Amino acid sequence: MHNIEITDLKKLTQMVKDAYGYDFTNYAMSSFRRRVNRILELYNFTSVSNLIDKIKVQPAFVEEVVNEITVNVTEMFRDPSFWREVRDHIIPNILLNHKSINVWHAGCSSGEEVFSMAILLREMGISDKVKLIATDLDNSILNKAKKATIPIKNMELNEKNYIRFQGSASLSKYYKEQNGHAVLNPALVENVSFRKHDLVQGGIFNKFDLVLCRNVMIYFNQNLQNDVLKKLHESLFKYGYLIIGSKESLIWCEIANKFIVVNNEEKIYKKIRE
Amino acid sequence: MSKYKLDNTYRAIVLGGSAGSFQGITKILSSIPDNFELPVIMCLHRLKHVRNGFVEALSIKSTKPVTEPYDKEKLKRGKVYLAPSNYHLSIELGNNFALSTEDMVNNSRPSIDITLETAAYNYKRRLIGILLSGANKDGALGMKAIKERGGLTIVQDPNECMIKTMPESALEATKIDYVLKIKEIIEFLIELDKNYK
Repeated sequence: MHNIEITDLKKLTQMVKDAYGYDFTNYAMSSFRRRVNRILELYNFTSVSNLIDKIKVQPAFVEEVVNEITVNVTEMFRDPSFWREVRDHIIPNILLNHKSINVWHAGCSSGEEVFSMAILLREMGISDKVKLIATDLDNSILNKAKKATIPIKNMELNEKNYIRFQGSASLSKYYKEQNGHAVLNPALVENVSFRKHDLVQGGIFNKFDLVLCRNVMIYFNQNLQNDVLKKLHESLFKYGYLIIGSKESLIWCEIANKFIVVNNEEKIYKKIRE
Repeated sequence: MSKYKLDNTYRAIVLGGSAGSFQGITKILSSIPDNFELPVIMCLHRLKHVRNGFVEALSIKSTKPVTEPYDKEKLKRGKVYLAPSNYHLSIELGNNFALSTEDMVNNSRPSIDITLETAAYNYKRRLIGILLSGANKDGALGMKAIKERGGLTIVQDPNECMIKTMPESALEATKIDYVLKIKEIIEFLIELDKNYK
């Protein structure tokens, strides 16, 4: 681990923000410091100042930095009990009052949660009733998500999760193995709209019945979490659902009173006030 | 006269363990006073897909409840915390916890190195690190970080460990202040706590 001081990190985030418009100033310091350390090691920088110099002279490099800073570790059907809850209760509940459903995967990374949702909907036989929008800050990870290919080494875990999810088929039904990757059936994601969107600085662009933002805000400090939660709240129809990670909580956030807890274990909330 | 150099300037204890540590941990948790002052932050290797059960199993044996912190939860005195399964647990500036789903470190998530290193960064010399039995080297670099920032380091006596790789890796990586049996770790903690009353 390099010796990285908070002042170094502040210089870096300010410079990246001023020059390129990416805003990491309110990221949680503990993980942000690790991500920066990782970049120093990967590219053999001796200090944060070296990294700042490189970004100044080589604008294209900032995209690589963004890609390394954002955490892109994800699983299909992570927390299988959560996905069962979505299938058995949340979606059926929305369908009681709606003919179609708008879903937003906010901070979708390489798309594993989107693929999980697409498979879930197909198994429920309602793919045509649901519009999926998936967004991320990072262009390169969005391109990866659009291709819907997953390194085969990750599939063992994904298969295990799928079995615990108690899907109606076998996960292998949905992909072909090709050059060390699991290539998902393109039909699964052909109707998904993958778009670049910055949760931190971007505006409200649509209204949704269901917003999934699991394990995304854990990389933000509490102020930024509050800001982003306001946007997520505003992006939901009244009585729409917000879902966050199993170890995140709305307890400390300013808009907690505008939601009720639907399932505390799986962190499913329902918007009850504008 | 105590055999340990103790005072009341410490602010937290971080405790790491893996294979063969469960019994030692439950002994420690069942022996510390129920009004033990310092927060105890545990990072133990555990099954990834089993979200529940472990914290309950530890709570039953403990003199005080064990909880898995939420992201950005404030650290409180006198509490016992456990890193949740499938997340890394960090100490964030401002004395909060922070969780992350970053890549596994030493094939582990939660990784003991991450919890220890971020705690060392935050508490500097006011931290005590304790590392118990385990089958890999996770925790060694974390203990090194604690020592480098002036904190106190303790490992379970490898001769007592079911699997001694973990404490031995720490002994190789850095200076360890005390090599103790579980019984002595408990003595140490009880004596330490007297400095806070």
